[in-house]
Amino acid sequence: MAAPKKGRRQSGQGRPGVALALILIAMVALTGGMFASGHTTPRLGIDLAGGTSITLEAKNEPGKPNAINKTNMDTAVGIIERRVNGLGVSEAEVQTQGDRNIIVNIPKGTNEKQAREQVGTTAQLYFRPVLTMAPGQPTPDPSATDKEKPKAGDGADKGTPSGSPTPQGRAVTDALKDATPTPSASGKGDTGDKGKGDKPGATEPPAPDPATKKLQAQFTALDCTKKDQRVETAQDVKSTDPIAACGKNAVGQWEKYILGPAEVDGKDVDNAQAVINDRGQWIVNMKFNGKGADKFSKITTQLKTQQSPQNQFGIVLDGEVVSAPSVSETLSKSAEISGSFTQESAQELANILSYGALPLTFTEQSVTSVTAALGGEQLHAGLIAGAIGLALVVVYLVVYYRGLSMIALLSLLASGILTYTLMALLGPAIGFALNLPAVCGAIVAIGITADSFIVYFERVRDEVREGRSLRPAVERAWPRARRTILVSDFVSFLAAAVLFIVTVGKVQGFAFTLGLTTLLDVVVVFLFTKPLMTLLARRKFFGGGHKWSGLDPKRLGAKPPLRRARARRTTATVDPKEA
Amino acid sequence: MSKLGNLGARLYRGEVGYDFIGKRKVWYGVSILITITAVVALAVQGLNLGIEFKGGAVFTTPKTEISVAQAQESAEEASGHQAIVQQLGNGGVRIQVSGVDTAKSDQIKEELAKDLSVRADRINAELVGPSWGAQIAGKAWTGLGVFMVLCVIYLAIAFEWRMAIAALIALIHDITITVGVYALVGFEVTPGTVIGLLTILGYSLYDTVVVFDSLKEQSKGITKQTKNTYSEVANLSINSTLVRSINTTVVALLPVAGLLFIGGGVLGAGMLNDISLSLFVGLAAGAYSSIFIATPLVADLKEREPQMKALKKRVLAKRAAAAAKSESAEPADPEGDLEDLDPEDAAPAGAGSGVVGQRRTQPPSRSRGRGRPSGKRR
Repeated sequence: MAAPKKGRRQSGQGRPGVALALILIAMVALTGGMFASGHTTPRLGIDLAGGTSITLEAKNEPGKPNAINKTNMDTAVGIIERRVNGLGVSEAEVQTQGDRNIIVNIPKGTNEKQAREQVGTTAQLYFRPVLTMAPGQPTPDPSATDKEKPKAGDGADKGTPSGSPTPQGRAVTDALKDATPTPSASGKGDTGDKGKGDKPGATEPPAPDPATKKLQAQFTALDCTKKDQRVETAQDVKSTDPIAACGKNAVGQWEKYILGPAEVDGKDVDNAQAVINDRGQWIVNMKFNGKGADKFSKITTQLKTQQSPQNQFGIVLDGEVVSAPSVSETLSKSAEISGSFTQESAQELANILSYGALPLTFTEQSVTSVTAALGGEQLHAGLIAGAIGLALVVVYLVVYYRGLSMIALLSLLASGILTYTLMALLGPAIGFALNLPAVCGAIVAIGITADSFIVYFERVRDEVREGRSLRPAVERAWPRARRTILVSDFVSFLAAAVLFIVTVGKVQGFAFTLGLTTLLDVVVVFLFTKPLMTLLARRKFFGGGHKWSGLDPKRLGAKPPLRRARARRTTATVDPKEA
Repeated sequence: MSKLGNLGARLYRGEVGYDFIGKRKVWYGVSILITITAVVALAVQGLNLGIEFKGGAVFTTPKTEISVAQAQESAEEASGHQAIVQQLGNGGVRIQVSGVDTAKSDQIKEELAKDLSVRADRINAELVGPSWGAQIAGKAWTGLGVFMVLCVIYLAIAFEWRMAIAALIALIHDITITVGVYALVGFEVTPGTVIGLLTILGYSLYDTVVVFDSLKEQSKGITKQTKNTYSEVANLSINSTLVRSINTTVVALLPVAGLLFIGGGVLGAGMLNDISLSLFVGLAAGAYSSIFIATPLVADLKEREPQMKALKKRVLAKRAAAAAKSESAEPADPEGDLEDLDPEDAAPAGAGSGVVGQRRTQPPSRSRGRGRPSGKRR
């Protein structure tokens, strides 16, 4: 009996230090990482920081039952993100949740109503013929050219050396199966030049009725480099009216356009894909449905005879020109947009085009707007609740376990540090945001974490009650307590994992925290509580069973060692009876 | 404290204790009664579903001078639907309007802002379409189902199928009671409530698992001895983990109490309050069921095994012999032994009295000395 015990103790002698060092290193590393990354507080969810959260649910359009899939949802997320961030919110986040929901979180300080309108309405994709185009700033003022010069000059430089198809890149491209390098490229360069010099003069055919004049004035004044102006221009456009619009060309410069009424609806696009053609360039293939093919052939027949830029059509998403390819022949069912695409830009365009074809409609399922004041209040309340809960637990532990509670408190502290740093780091890493249910999860987890200590402590005390001295008791209690802790934590983790995978929304945040803290509980108990216990058991205060240590054999009602051999357990006590 | 420590020791050794197994039928009865009440309440009254499940809007205003009645009138006028208004702890009001769609709620918000003379952007709004709530609830049920199946599989592997079944029954019991309390009292059911309810899953099982773990350990090699029947071992397991169970429940309830106090007292209503309320009810039910329902159920199931039946026979025979012997040897104390033995005929699974089976197995000399106090407890 003595030998194995000794062995256990010896093996326990080397390990506690190592384990403690390990977890301390982990804590220091996490804390260091937290400060190094600059995210010293967990990212707060909308309900704590204030803002608006919109949940959308995708619905299949009639006749297309299988449209809700990952690809389509991702396309939709891309489009919605583009639209929301177009409002001047750069921090809005759009993510899928579950298999059919999209969550849009818009931080405080944004025009909530406008954002909701953007998110709630269906994106509108149209093909409109280009009437006029010019660089994106109101040009006539020569002083303004200072800033603008490099840009415009750039465009002109590239444009004028005629024949090069690249300059306007994505914005001005050929649209042909045979993909002839368009001569129009130089023409476009011209337009750019002209636009720079005398913008109003750049206009061509449209009949000068009042509406056109107004549009012309709007076009002249339009400064596409200013976000608010872009947003305003993109508002409230009718598909049947000519419009002024902004768009970026391939080199990322803003250009402005006057576009004719919509000729083809984005819904007429059947699908669009980014592919590499046989010359190794990225192109976008799009196919129209029957109705679309008719309309598209009509418009391309018209456009191919025009001079640049009127041989171009603008692909307009929510009032913004995403691409303006030129046309040199009649196209109907399928078309190819080529130009200086990168893989990324080709895919983005394909996404936009296919969004029109996306057989999904989105309905607003829930909208939560929380003012910053209420958010702060809720956070505050959550923290106070946590503090009260923690204080109560601490008091209970101290009263009940006395000296032993010190170990529990240190373990709780370790667990707290790990949880906090991980939460802070997980914000930037995986987009974890602490919301109110997550705070609740963390508070509830105090109980689960403390329970592991209780299981262990009770085990140790049971061993002491059987008459063992503390050091062997600590070691003997561990394997049994370990199993109990693992089994029960596993059940708890299982609950959290299932909730996280199956549910949506707030429940998920809660499940995440619960799962995280359960895992950390195991880590802390194994690497911190147990080694600490082993170390402290060597100190006289605990090992000697001081009456304030919480391990005083007398207080625990331990049997006097004398009787230990005879009457350890009830099973053993029967013997004398039989005798 | 020292008394507590002593009690813990005596519970651990089985010197004192409550006969959970022997009295199981009483507790089964109590549980069945509560469950029936819960089911009836659910059927008759139904749950008071919050806006989140029915669809509608909740507006929360900052501190305002306006009275509840005024706010209600204003909200009903603006929406054309019935409104429920609550005063919040911070001086604001919470206005719920059901049956409005998300589009209309903006308009209501503006009108409310005008009527209450608060800026529109300072009113918090939560608008929920009706199918969203259904989806949340549906997912929660799916989660519940998946969890139960996985848990039963896990427990069946880690322990045995009887324990898995018993744990499952205890779990269903806890959830039924919690839901029943909600139906009965008419608390509002919100996503927060559902979160709380789902957490109970983990917690209730957590408690049960600890008792089972101790039971598994103590019943190891049980067929090789003739001192205790399975039920008695089960009873000892409950009693020896009783201190831990109480501690756990207290420690789990303390933070929840903190939440409840802050959620209810300071914020008046909302997520914190909802979660902690259902947790509070569920935790209490969970602690109760792991002790009074789950383990006795395991004992019941176990005692049906032929092995355990045989063991019981052997144990009883041996005890009868020992009793006869001690009776003839010490006629001075017949009453003590009789007391111990009698109930075994009536309630085969253990003593029908309030004392643990184990006490019976103690040597007469000890039960007369130390064990006496527990005898008096009856």
